[in-house]
Amino acid sequence: MEQVESHIGQMGVDSRKLGVWLFLASEIMFFTGLIGAYIVLRFAHLQEWPHPGAVLNIPLTGFNTFLLICSSATLVLGLAAGQRGYREGLQVGLFLTILLGSLFLLIQMKEYSILIHEGLTISSSMYGSCFFTLTGFHGAHVLVGVIWLIVVFIRSMQGKYTPEDSMGVECVGLYWHFVDLVWIILFTIVYLI
Amino acid sequence: MNEAETAHPQPNYAGVFWSLFILTILEIAAANMPFAKVIVVVLLIVLAVIKASLVALFYMHLKFEKFLIYLIVIFPLVLAVILTVMTLLDQAPTPMG
Repeated sequence: MEQVESHIGQMGVDSRKLGVWLFLASEIMFFTGLIGAYIVLRFAHLQEWPHPGAVLNIPLTGFNTFLLICSSATLVLGLAAGQRGYREGLQVGLFLTILLGSLFLLIQMKEYSILIHEGLTISSSMYGSCFFTLTGFHGAHVLVGVIWLIVVFIRSMQGKYTPEDSMGVECVGLYWHFVDLVWIILFTIVYLI
Repeated sequence: MNEAETAHPQPNYAGVFWSLFILTILEIAAANMPFAKVIVVVLLIVLAVIKASLVALFYMHLKFEKFLIYLIVIFPLVLAVILTVMTLLDQAPTPMG
């Protein structure tokens, strides 16, 4: 118990959670920098910029967005179950989140492969560069999230998380929901507008 | 101590999920509306901001966090807006060329 108490710093916030939030602050700068570049470059190349609906498969990506929203829900419900002491609920929540995250990545790979076959690559045009850079960096974040979730899932099987201290799950949750949040913005900016 | 730090009312997670689901359908529908481009873009941005706020406030528990966490989130957002606006202004054609 003493070890648990020592995580609360002078600010009154758990140091592990504070660390993740500080990391997310740098991630906010990273993604808003990329999104800012996308907006600026799009304004600079308005004539040659295709309408997203004409190039991209919106229904497929809409389904992928749905998967990511579901994955956030399964994770948050898993965490809530863990905090109530229902360990199996936590494990099921984590497992479903890993499954949905992996499915998201598989569909994104399929989308990339179709686009590359159609001639849109990272070096084919300014649009291609922007599209693959933005969605690619997001996909890399999803991959890191899935790996982190697998680690947390294994630790949950070992009984490392208790109702008193499930901060490990909360931290991966913060990261995962942030990646979901970034996708919400990217889906709107890259696929719909 | 740790319990006191994490204890907060459980939000209605299912309600948030359905809100996100319905807002996504509305977004896809709004993108295909025969409105003026400006109206569609504003509508889509408003819907995306509502969705992002729902995720941050309830799934990331920002609603129950201390002021310090808000500060950590808001600071980079302000910097990012300055960065984008300044760059946009810089590339806009001016009478000076």
